[in-house]
Amino acid sequence: MSATEAPPAPPANTPGPDDVAGPTPPRRRGVRVRGRLVPYWLLLPGMLWLLVFFALPMIYQASTSVQTGSLEDGFRVTWHFATYWDVFSEYWPQFVRSLAYAAVATVLCLALGYPLAYLIAFRAGRWRNLVLILVIAPFFTSFLIRTLAWKTILADGGFVVDVLNTLHLLDVTSALGITEGDRVLATPLAVVCGLTYNFLPFMILPLYTSLERIDPRLHEAAGDLYAAPFTTFRKVTFPLSLPGVVSGTLLTFIPAAGDYVNADLLGSTDTRMIGNVIQTLFLRVLDYPAAAALSFILMAAILAAVTVYLRKSGTEDLI
Amino acid sequence: MSTRTPTPRDVAPAARRTPRDAASASRARKPGGPLRAVRRNLVVIAGICTLAYMILPNVVVMIFSFNKPNGRFNYEWQRFSTDAWTDPCGVADMCGSLSLSLQIAAWATLGATVLGTMIAFALVRYRFRARGAVNSLIFLPMAMPEVVMAASLMTLFLNMGVQFGFWTILIAHIMFCLSFVVTAVKARVMSMDPRLEQAAQDLYAGPVQTFLRVTLPIAAPGIAAGALLAFALSFDDFIITNFNAGSTVTFPMYVWGSAQRGTPVQINVIGTAMFVVAVLVVLAAMLLGRRRKRQQGG
Repeated sequence: MSATEAPPAPPANTPGPDDVAGPTPPRRRGVRVRGRLVPYWLLLPGMLWLLVFFALPMIYQASTSVQTGSLEDGFRVTWHFATYWDVFSEYWPQFVRSLAYAAVATVLCLALGYPLAYLIAFRAGRWRNLVLILVIAPFFTSFLIRTLAWKTILADGGFVVDVLNTLHLLDVTSALGITEGDRVLATPLAVVCGLTYNFLPFMILPLYTSLERIDPRLHEAAGDLYAAPFTTFRKVTFPLSLPGVVSGTLLTFIPAAGDYVNADLLGSTDTRMIGNVIQTLFLRVLDYPAAAALSFILMAAILAAVTVYLRKSGTEDLI
Repeated sequence: MSTRTPTPRDVAPAARRTPRDAASASRARKPGGPLRAVRRNLVVIAGICTLAYMILPNVVVMIFSFNKPNGRFNYEWQRFSTDAWTDPCGVADMCGSLSLSLQIAAWATLGATVLGTMIAFALVRYRFRARGAVNSLIFLPMAMPEVVMAASLMTLFLNMGVQFGFWTILIAHIMFCLSFVVTAVKARVMSMDPRLEQAAQDLYAGPVQTFLRVTLPIAAPGIAAGALLAFALSFDDFIITNFNAGSTVTFPMYVWGSAQRGTPVQINVIGTAMFVVAVLVVLAAMLLGRRRKRQQGG
């Protein structure tokens, strides 16, 4: 593939200090020095791919964000940083909304996903594999089709709306401002419901992996020391599952904050998220500098949020 | 298994359980009994509720694949019909987009799996200078919101004046699947015992022979998992494709468009078929694995 046009690999001049070491030193079991260049040849095609189609585009987008001009006359780099301020002051409500929706969806995913992950890890017994399949299988129906199905489920006068109406819950949610009148579809509730649904597996699988690693004897030990079940959970199980909680929340929050499919299919103009704005600016309005600036702000906001979160949760070594 | 004499270990838990079970049984007869059972199994009940929430849309998709809608939109139940199942390709362009998606997914899987496996081996088996940089370049695409990646790749293609279509989609899909393959293969290769390869070489196997006969078979489950993941991700991707497809229509894009124009029942048929096929394939793989394990163990 791209290896054919390989330049005389620059890494060649920089052999790792380890590579000179010769016959396997104690800490590097099995790492044989067949040829110093082997790892670089293995890396070259894939890394070139990522550099050209992932890293380089970021640079292009950075340069696009400081351009001015129009589609007819062409865009030129004018170092017009004001675009950043302009788009932010225009679209900050959508920003706040995206982060809020993503945060709520993440919390809901955690609340819904934890019991299921716990069930699979400790209580499912011989049903474990079947339940795991049921968690993964919905993935295989295109997620757009499944999101469209939510349109049917939440439809006006549908089952969910009827039940909520009978329980007078819609009055409560309307008062809270997350639904409007007699409908659920095209309200924030519907969008958050869709986001929660779509990213739930990304929460459950990491949770399950970290719960499964916990030695069940620890539970027995806690029980033998007269810990009540809930105390066992609070003091033993939950702390040990924290790596799963952290990676699960990240895997849910990041894509949810950038998503525009749920807000588009299940929401209305009042529930537009920042992804919808970026998509519209790029593909309909064709205002590339504004769109590029917006997506950089989104990236920065998410990176900042994730960094703070990782600091707070104290599991930086996770990544 | 069956002929084993019971050890103290087997007996102990049973003995320990008896008094507690007796206690709970006696309590169950009291009026508060059922409520107590609910409280004890709260996790199971909550978990099953979540499972139901996850499967509900699939059930709806399945039911509505037997609907005969009056208008263009298949959102309200009208009456039962198997029309869509007997004529799954009856709507214009849908099956074309489906086969295009399958082709792209197949090529993207091949590309991402080959490139990703190479990277994974390099990362696990060798020490070299740029490791940290390589690791973060692998991690970033997974931590980046899809819109940002999609939009930036689009600006690159626009700047280079590339014609959008099959190739731009394929390039984009290989790019974002690559990291997932690397992660999956890495996990497997890391748990591999390197002494197996040394043993092969001590038995005078050449590097190629060692790789084909020892390394590759052991790494195969990880590579297969990575490939499966890549296929699923590529086949289902909408956001990145939406930005980099031009006027080419993949299956997710067809579904997206139909949400605006009117959704044919056939979409539900395809959705249901995908679900059923996936469940059957996974079940078959599971049964096969269990039988093999039993044969080896027996």
